[in-house]
Amino acid sequence: MEEVRERAISLPRLGEPAPAFEAATTHGVLRLEDFKGGWLIIFSHPADFTPVCTTEFIAFAEIYPELQKRGVELLGLSVDSVSSHIAWVRNIEEKTGVKIPFPVIADLSKEVSLAYGMIHPGQSKTETVRCVFIIDPNQIVRTILYYPLTTGRNMDEILRIVDALQTTDKNAVATPANWRPGDMVVVPPPNTQEMAEERVKQGYECVDWYLCKKKL
Amino acid sequence: MACISPDGKPTESGIKMMRALQLGMGSPEKIAKEVGVPLFKARSSLRELTQAGLAVEKDDTYELSPKGIELLDTFSS
Repeated sequence: MEEVRERAISLPRLGEPAPAFEAATTHGVLRLEDFKGGWLIIFSHPADFTPVCTTEFIAFAEIYPELQKRGVELLGLSVDSVSSHIAWVRNIEEKTGVKIPFPVIADLSKEVSLAYGMIHPGQSKTETVRCVFIIDPNQIVRTILYYPLTTGRNMDEILRIVDALQTTDKNAVATPANWRPGDMVVVPPPNTQEMAEERVKQGYECVDWYLCKKKL
Repeated sequence: MACISPDGKPTESGIKMMRALQLGMGSPEKIAKEVGVPLFKARSSLRELTQAGLAVEKDDTYELSPKGIELLDTFSS
């Protein structure tokens, strides 16, 4: 218990390298480095053959083609065995017709779960909570989402974050609240008074010098 | 979808990887494109084939080992 608490403190942080791992999955043994050069979403679920997780797996499978268009791979995780994962994904396909196309880590030793801070003893001492880690092609953690055991994740928001991160990287801009692809983006605020004065002349849509938006 | 089964023999996807290697497709990127699998899958499969002694790696390019060539011949005949 103490060990779980101790290690849970050292969770990954935004802007830092994602913890390396080698793990047994439904697609064989995979390492974090196997995904280098592309975006990766690692997500954990509490347990196989449970209702909310099943709806989430179906939903992740449904957005997988959209993620692939954006160069993103998916990697699931729970502390169940490979056999349990295989039985569950086969059951999902049999009962719903949805094929689960992405690998799922069988983290029986909890090595990966602890490295990523996926076990929150206040929620469950034995299961992973619903985490989402969005990792960029340089294997830097760019987004972390945590959901409680009782709340299924929002796939739309996950896709929106990927779009926002990729837009930010490509154009050196930021995205405002509730941004969607095609909306105006936020121009980084100026660092000097001179730049602030120039900013208002540049044809951006400005509320004031520190909040200017533009179309891409 | 590991490319080596527990009995040490390559699976269907493992054989596809080996056939691509036989064509001289050396890097994981080229193999992924040739076989039509994601890059992570090509990397992990090539590692497995190497660990099983069926492929050899040098500077992140891969080729079949003599054992791999011999084994692939048995699938072709």
